[in-house]
Amino acid sequence: MEQVPNPKGYFGQFGGKFVPETLVEPLRELEEAFLNYVPKADFQKELTQILTTYVGRPTPLTFAKRLTDHLDGAKIYLKREDLLHTGAHKINNAVGQILLAKKMGKKRIIAETGAGQHGVATATAAALMGLQCVVYMGRVDMERQALNVRRMRLLGADVVAVESGSKTLKDAINEAMRDWVTNVKTTFYLLGSALGPHPYPQMVRDFHKIIGEEAREQILEVENRLPDELVACVGGGSNAIGLFHAFLGDEKVAMTGVEAGGHGIKPGQHAARFSGGKLGILHGTYTYLLQNQDGQIENTHSISAGLDYPAIGPEHSYLESINRARYTYVVDEEAKLGFKLISALEGIIPALETAHAIAYVIKQAPKLSKDKILLVNLSGRGDKDLEGSLS
Amino acid sequence: MSRIDDLFEELKEKHKKAFVAYITAGDPNLEKTKEFCRTLASSGVDLIELGVPFSDPLADGPTNQAAAERALASGTDLIKILDTVKELRESGFSTPIVLFSYLNPIFNMGYETFAKRCKLSGVDGVLVLDLPIEEAEAYTEVIHSQDLDTVFLAAPTTTSDRLSLISEKTKGFLYYVSRTGVTGAQATVSDTLESEVENLRGIVGKPIVIGFGISNPDQAKQVSQMGDGIVIGSALVKLIEKGSVSEATTDALSSFARGISDVL
Repeated sequence: MEQVPNPKGYFGQFGGKFVPETLVEPLRELEEAFLNYVPKADFQKELTQILTTYVGRPTPLTFAKRLTDHLDGAKIYLKREDLLHTGAHKINNAVGQILLAKKMGKKRIIAETGAGQHGVATATAAALMGLQCVVYMGRVDMERQALNVRRMRLLGADVVAVESGSKTLKDAINEAMRDWVTNVKTTFYLLGSALGPHPYPQMVRDFHKIIGEEAREQILEVENRLPDELVACVGGGSNAIGLFHAFLGDEKVAMTGVEAGGHGIKPGQHAARFSGGKLGILHGTYTYLLQNQDGQIENTHSISAGLDYPAIGPEHSYLESINRARYTYVVDEEAKLGFKLISALEGIIPALETAHAIAYVIKQAPKLSKDKILLVNLSGRGDKDLEGSLS
Repeated sequence: MSRIDDLFEELKEKHKKAFVAYITAGDPNLEKTKEFCRTLASSGVDLIELGVPFSDPLADGPTNQAAAERALASGTDLIKILDTVKELRESGFSTPIVLFSYLNPIFNMGYETFAKRCKLSGVDGVLVLDLPIEEAEAYTEVIHSQDLDTVFLAAPTTTSDRLSLISEKTKGFLYYVSRTGVTGAQATVSDTLESEVENLRGIVGKPIVIGFGISNPDQAKQVSQMGDGIVIGSALVKLIEKGSVSEATTDALSSFARGISDVL
């Protein structure tokens, strides 16, 4: 496969840098710092040390025996990102970017968050490094993920409620961009998903690709072969691309991204960009988006705040366009069933986002023979979701 | 020579500076927008920037965000905005009009269709907030093919090598963003603005209009000395916002605009 993104930040035709003029040079500086510092041995050494002694890498690969038996089909393995410090994969990227922020001499960190997991990860990394941290979060998300708001505040972050638009993740990104464009000289924008303008989709992917690298080694060790299919939920797409990346060259490994079908595929009722979205530009990137006929961004709905976003990361649009990965969706009710089933059968309470991947597995595993292997990114734990509609 | 080129030529001869006024199209509705355009033009405004409302205006401060929400709530879309410009032109309105938009509504219509419709409606130029020069090749070609002006932005963070590129693709005028930040009124003018614009002069061979944060006659006078014109936006949008509760918007816009025009 060709190397993506290209130097202009394009994955095939997707991606790019569609930003206000003020941010063009800061993005170039960020890209330069990313390409310059991150591959260096001292950066990698420091990052590896934090990942192993603080974050909790490597994470185990768990064979989900009772779930496999229950579904009576393919063998199911879980890559346990829920076991990381702060409870989700998001911390991989947060510590990577914060080391870069330090190298760039930035003292103030800003971030957006949907479910709060990226906000918590960023607040944690900022506390670890002694940097100031401001997290933008939609008012609606603050209410449905109240536990994470309390965590961020305890970690010393200033959580700012975003009251504009749909008061969810997309509006939090708008507000973070406004902050960045205003305080660009002092501030590092620690973006939390594989979206936004170049170099973010590449950078976020690269800090998460360790998920797939570990999983690939681990499955080879226990099964002596590669899995037949990878499964991950997709909001912006960071945990999915983190799992997929190391397997892109393994042509026989299928990849499935699971989007949020919300209440079903009707305008405003879901967040499944490949089912009802079309090409457009939002938050600096050219990709599939949910929009109306005038090009206004449509409201989305998902039971999970982390998947409740109208655009998909550009590399996923690319993988879909070349038929390397396929994308499907499950609705809220299916995700809830997945949440409950894996909790009861495996003793693992997943995040509602992750429960979408599980819900797909519940449908897919029984269709496959018992010698097939599904490898699922168990991207986060679900404590944060217990106070909501599931309790 | 476009209508915008003629304007700057004429102002130069008169030793005057351009007064560019921004309002959001469709705030509170498109009928009012026509009325506001006429009022502004008869109160000393030289060029109107008509904002295309967008659901996710990430380069705008709270004032213009709220205006976009009001405009979208009144059913405004890009097609209706172009129809409104056409109606203005058919009624003899001759002040230059630049559309000020985020990229997605334009992309969604298609560059070709958009440019043709702009031309037919009587739009003179287009400025896209989130389309930096590096991503603008196809867009620029299509807009120019309809003899429309492409207004680009430069900011304090823009490097000299990029300024030359931007200048090359700019037609009509260059819009200089006077400070890093979003749109909205500011208490003071940046200390470094004068030297920044002087630097621009050495590189950019087009009229330079300065905007972002200018909200009163004193600031307008001070900033206009540095370039070829100034943009006032949020201050006008605020008057329109107030007008949704009282009825005196037109008078308020008129007297505010005259206050600015007198010092330019």
